[in-house]
Amino acid sequence: MNDSMQLDLGAPASAATAAEEMAGASVRVKELNLYYDGVQALKNIELDIPDRQVTAFIGPSGCGKSTLLRCFNRMNDLIDGCTTTGKILIAGKNINKKKVDVAELRRRVGMVFQKPNPFPKSIYENVAYGLRIQGINKRRVLDETVEWALRGAALWNEVKDRLEEPAFGLSGGQQQRLVIARSIAVQPQVILLDEPCSALDPISTLKVEELIHDLKQNYTIIIVTHNMQQAARVSDRTAFMYLGELIEYGDTDQMFTNPTEKRTEDYITGRYG
Amino acid sequence: MENLHLGQHISQQFNEELEEIRNKVLEMGGIVEDQVGRAVTALVEGDMALARQVVADDYRVNALEVEIDEECTRIVARRQPAASDLRLVMAVIKTISDLERIGDEAKRVARMVEDEHAGAMAEDVRNELEHMGDQVREMLRMILDAFARTDVETAAQVVELDHRVDTKYVSITRQLITYMAQDPKNIPRVINILWAARAMERIGDRCGNIAEYLFYLVHGRDVRHPRSRQRVAEESSNPDDVQSPTQR
Repeated sequence: MNDSMQLDLGAPASAATAAEEMAGASVRVKELNLYYDGVQALKNIELDIPDRQVTAFIGPSGCGKSTLLRCFNRMNDLIDGCTTTGKILIAGKNINKKKVDVAELRRRVGMVFQKPNPFPKSIYENVAYGLRIQGINKRRVLDETVEWALRGAALWNEVKDRLEEPAFGLSGGQQQRLVIARSIAVQPQVILLDEPCSALDPISTLKVEELIHDLKQNYTIIIVTHNMQQAARVSDRTAFMYLGELIEYGDTDQMFTNPTEKRTEDYITGRYG
Repeated sequence: MENLHLGQHISQQFNEELEEIRNKVLEMGGIVEDQVGRAVTALVEGDMALARQVVADDYRVNALEVEIDEECTRIVARRQPAASDLRLVMAVIKTISDLERIGDEAKRVARMVEDEHAGAMAEDVRNELEHMGDQVREMLRMILDAFARTDVETAAQVVELDHRVDTKYVSITRQLITYMAQDPKNIPRVINILWAARAMERIGDRCGNIAEYLFYLVHGRDVRHPRSRQRVAEESSNPDDVQSPTQR
């Protein structure tokens, strides 16, 4: 499976994006508050997410981790009655400003959801889709980028002989890696993963985790997971959230061996606090 | 161990598994404590029968070590413990290894008594050995008590007591060297006594090790070998200054 491990994940030569834009960007959250119809779901979040590392958000259901994740590409804008205050700086620029081009933001900050959601198109067209809507239609550029993205998502060897087949013919794990390939094809700086393995079997989960490890060399990765062992395996830093608050944030090794906060300890050891 | 809140997991089974390994460590500690006590008595009183009993009973300590080890492996595989639970399992694995070795040292002391070269020892040496034996028994009692209550203050006292045992060992060694110098015929018997004293000194060291594991369990900080770690840190920050073993 592991074709990505021998790969140089640098962008294809013909890609239009400048090389420096490839590098993952750091994410800084400052005094972030979020309300759903006046009910506060995120409370004064302060967080510095380093570039080219994996940061995991953990916490019980309803603690706000997915809500926080969706703030990074303004997906919450799509929810009626959702208001946000505070700043989120990605590569130094506040994405919460009104004049920010949200479509461009979502190109720079890709997102992968819990259930794989390939488009009802061929494997090739799924990966090429983001480029086509950017107006890139040159076959050579598309071919190169599709191959590069599929290799980057550790999927090329499995699909190279059936690129024109429907994406729905792939297994769940392959579909999730295809979605990751689609997301990296447009060369984002940050990749958001919202419980990306919760619908996958253990082997597919390990493949996606291995892929996350490879991808962090080039992208900033933020993952929400309910699986604490997964957070411990894949992330460099972990944030524990509870009832909309960021309770503790630190090195994953430290968090899983000697957390500072009792609430973190109780959660990760399965105690009722 | 109440302050580790072992009984507060959502999984009652996990509570029971952790309680089980904790109780077994204390059971093993009790047997080892008894072994050390009987070995010292046998040495001081020259009681062969008691010494043989110590040697014969070592199997119980060994069997418990294997049993607890297997239980810890099962917990790691099935529960993937984290934070204080992980530290408890790690501390238990290390502690039982030291307890088993303390059992071996007790057996070693008992074998000295059984050995044909043993025999009457001078009164002052007997007193010194008895005193050293009392010290290490007290250390063992204290560290097991500290383990049961996750009491790092008592553990710190054990580390302090180990320094005294080390001093006592040096003093006994000097005394025994004098006996050997006085008459070479004393040498086989004195070497035997020296080995017994050495075994007791090692028991003290192992109690100190358990104190370090306890500190790790409670505070999550590894306090072992601070000078060695400092040196490695210095060497990695200044790789050019590192001397090969042959240059030293």
